[in-house]
Amino acid sequence: MKPRRSQLALLYVLAVVMSLVILAPFAWLVIASISPARDLISAHPHWWPSHPTLSRYHSIFSGQAGGDDVAANFRVAMGNSLVVAAGTTVISLVVGTLGGYAFARLRFRFRRSALFAFLSVYMLPPIALVIPLYLALSNLGMLDTKRGLVLTYCSIVTPFCLWTMSNYFLSLPSELEEAARIDGCNRLQALTRVVLPLAKPGLFATAMFGFLLAWDEFLYSLTFTSTTNAKTIPVAIAEFTGKYSSDFGLIAAGGVLAALPPVVLALASQRFIVSGLTAGSVKS
Amino acid sequence: MTVQQPTRRGAAARTAPGRGRRVSAGEARFALALLIPAAVVVFGVVLYPVVRTLVVSFFDVDSPLPGSYPFVGFRNYARVFHDPRFYPVLGHTLYFTLVSTALELVLGVVMALILNAPLRLRWFWRSVAVMPWALPTIVNGALWRLMDNGQYGVLNAVTTSLGLGAHQWLGSPFLALNMVIVADVWKNTSIVAFFLLAGLQTIPSDLYEAARVDGAGAVRAFFRITVPMLVPSIAVVLILRTIEAFKVFDIIYVMTGGGPASGTQTVAFYTYLQAFSNQLFGYGAALSYLVVLAILALALGYLRILRQGALAGVQ
Amino acid sequence: MDEQVVPAQGLTRRGFLHATGGLGLTAVLAACGANGGSSGGKGSGKGPIRALFMKQAGYSEDDIAKMTAEFQKANPDIKVTTDFVAYEALHDKIVAAAPAHTYDVVLIDVIWPAEFGLRHIVADVSSRWPASWKSEMLPGAIATTEYKNVFYGVPWILDTKYLFFNDDHLTRAGVDPAQLDTWDGVITAAKAIKKSGVTQYPLVWSWQQAEALICDYAQLLGAFGGSFVDSSGKPAFHNGGGVQALEFMRQSIVDGLTNPGSTQSLEEDVRKIFSSGQASAALNWTYMYGLADDPKQSQVAGHVKVLQTPAGPAGRPGVNGSMGLAVSAQSQNQDAAWKYVSYLTSQPVQNKFALSSLPVWKTSYDDPAVVKTNPAVVPQAKKQLADMILRPQVKNYNAISQVLQAELQNGLLGKKSPQQALNDAADQAGSLLNS
Repeated sequence: MKPRRSQLALLYVLAVVMSLVILAPFAWLVIASISPARDLISAHPHWWPSHPTLSRYHSIFSGQAGGDDVAANFRVAMGNSLVVAAGTTVISLVVGTLGGYAFARLRFRFRRSALFAFLSVYMLPPIALVIPLYLALSNLGMLDTKRGLVLTYCSIVTPFCLWTMSNYFLSLPSELEEAARIDGCNRLQALTRVVLPLAKPGLFATAMFGFLLAWDEFLYSLTFTSTTNAKTIPVAIAEFTGKYSSDFGLIAAGGVLAALPPVVLALASQRFIVSGLTAGSVKS
Repeated sequence: MTVQQPTRRGAAARTAPGRGRRVSAGEARFALALLIPAAVVVFGVVLYPVVRTLVVSFFDVDSPLPGSYPFVGFRNYARVFHDPRFYPVLGHTLYFTLVSTALELVLGVVMALILNAPLRLRWFWRSVAVMPWALPTIVNGALWRLMDNGQYGVLNAVTTSLGLGAHQWLGSPFLALNMVIVADVWKNTSIVAFFLLAGLQTIPSDLYEAARVDGAGAVRAFFRITVPMLVPSIAVVLILRTIEAFKVFDIIYVMTGGGPASGTQTVAFYTYLQAFSNQLFGYGAALSYLVVLAILALALGYLRILRQGALAGVQ
Repeated sequence: MDEQVVPAQGLTRRGFLHATGGLGLTAVLAACGANGGSSGGKGSGKGPIRALFMKQAGYSEDDIAKMTAEFQKANPDIKVTTDFVAYEALHDKIVAAAPAHTYDVVLIDVIWPAEFGLRHIVADVSSRWPASWKSEMLPGAIATTEYKNVFYGVPWILDTKYLFFNDDHLTRAGVDPAQLDTWDGVITAAKAIKKSGVTQYPLVWSWQQAEALICDYAQLLGAFGGSFVDSSGKPAFHNGGGVQALEFMRQSIVDGLTNPGSTQSLEEDVRKIFSSGQASAALNWTYMYGLADDPKQSQVAGHVKVLQTPAGPAGRPGVNGSMGLAVSAQSQNQDAAWKYVSYLTSQPVQNKFALSSLPVWKTSYDDPAVVKTNPAVVPQAKKQLADMILRPQVKNYNAISQVLQAELQNGLLGKKSPQQALNDAADQAGSLLNS
């Protein structure tokens, strides 16, 4: 639908307001990351640092990882987080999409109870499972490994993918795949050739959410990792605040860098979110 | 290829398997094949912890080590309701959950409409919108803790220059709880918006054309077409956000540590204190299972309001 | 199902493994790897050991790496692996790792020996403690790892809270630093500073709802002659000195002498407010001196002075904020673990790294090499470390601390009178102490 000119003007105003509300704290984060430590504790916040410094970014990218240097450890943690979040997302999205399709389109016994069981796992606070999971990972020899984290995160992210994809499939018209089946596709072909291309926006939104769920996870990572082998970004950032000392500028620099990969990912995938039903089959 | 016009009833009418159809064996086998990978990935990992936690909740376990602990039946569960510290904690959690999800939903709809509109620089607005979501919660908490600081925080600099005076934003229990909500809404509204955006994409544009031909205005079209068609997506994000909000832990841990005067302690934070700091694992396990029940109750309540099936995701 | 499978008298490992066995992948694997219950072993004195430390405060990761390398040189048949976590994660890591016996050596805070000792998470090492240590270590240090005459580790990092002040502020307000010798004097000085307009809130404290609040309160409670528990083990902080301490704290907020942000501040916020020149005096741990006096980090560098904690009517005990090294009760290699612990805590090693953390040994404080590392702090430390107050040593300390934190905050925010808040805390703590 083409909005009227007045509506469009209103939408532009809202878009600008939205951007200001979002960007102001971000701007502050960026400013903090380049402000000298003493500026950050000033009674009258500096809108722009007197002597901007890139020293924190420098120490993140040039330090020697693995020892005292928490900034350099952050760099390694970024790599760990990327591997863990990507691995988790791929596995969870694949198994979650298959399962979600089953819940949305197929009839079988115990369907409701099965979905209920998956969702209940997602509802349990992680705190309840930390200690038994630690024991299990320890016996598997997967403590402080990226594999161990992927294994753990998949159990959280999969129920989520299952549920959102199931709902997304439900919102798609089933007539298309029925038509495909009449044209001679079997169920699997109907799923891969007709349904999945239509479900792209949902797939990408789910993948983004799943990625960020894993990217953001704190408690399991804090408990299950102990070295730069597997420590992830949230844990590395938490270590910027030691028992007594913390430099918010370093946290800010870490935050800016930690936000980059998901933003790039979103930028890359946003054209897929735009596509889908409106641009795809409906108008053809 | 043409698409049949969806009816007013929206998604419910478009869902596939008719209630009347019999369960065919082939369909069930196919469903099983599709579900087994997910079941292995999820239950292969969590079954032991989930069952162990359930068992522990019936024993007076006060150490992480295996050993003999007295069986107490449902007393850990009963104890939750006799715990004077629990009710304020539950109150904070409900307030946090309801207010933050409501705000995120309303703002999320607005944001999704902005992102879906044919504006110039659409890629720009969309990448701005995703930014708070991309910021790790730990950093978000630290960021707002610094901005809300009464001594050197930027929020006071803004309010003083607007003539609103300086405040201890995290200094009194109720205000602090609301400031945590602000931080949470700032970050999580974009998640809601992107989900609703994906939902908006499934609304065929000819519906709007038809409405326009009928002479319906934008507001009318929004309430007659957009909202009903968006209900399934709304149900999903509402429940997802409710689950996350009810389990809120990280941001409290970083921003307030549960204070001041326990004003920002939530159920998950309290569970953490009991189970980990105090090593009352039996009690903590009982609390965890009550959290699941509470979330289920909330989710079912939402679904009833939104007239989705017993659980959205299955009709 | 659990009622049937698990014996009614208790939850045994075998019981719940039966209950879960075969149901999930992890259940099976958990069962395979589980060897025995809570019993550790002395081991051969050789082989691999794993130790858990914390980041940033006290000895740095590099210090510990150097110490460990030296130890390895002397003990080539012991292979040490070290892990580091933030202090905030240390307790939970020890708890989570205990059933999997990941660690042989763990760093424990002064408030944990009772909790971990009674739960058999850390080992009783009393029989390994040489009698001579009891006279050679500072008394405050010895108490760090002792609970009911049993030693659950060896003291290693020693700390307490000192009074820091900004001499420039005092000069400008015309206040004599000697006044800061007593808490009464501190209040008089703060009033004069506030009146002179040098700072709006002369005092700042770490009174956020956290352990930091208990540390400040403990120091004041000691100064006013209170105690946490009486000789029969019942709460006593709601009588006498305990109440006076909270009244003192609340009054300083009412009078506008204490920064109202204090109730949301941790030690690090105190440092930042003090370093920005917005406070004239503050209690904090040793570490603040280095950072507040560093021009890169602070706007008041060159004006930072350190004193012993001020005296109240009952003296000037400093809160015991020390930490010790413990041998994990689950360790299969306790002899090797003990060798490592005794090496790290030995006087020569501690003297060598005194710049990072002050030694636990009495004679070290007269060693010129040690004094030279931090001439501003060591003389004060020598006096203060001989006089320390412990937070209550009880099995469920954390639960009691949480109750006390919440009620202290009610008192500080004026939601309850100090007496009422502490009565309520004592009620709740009383039942916790009995359980």
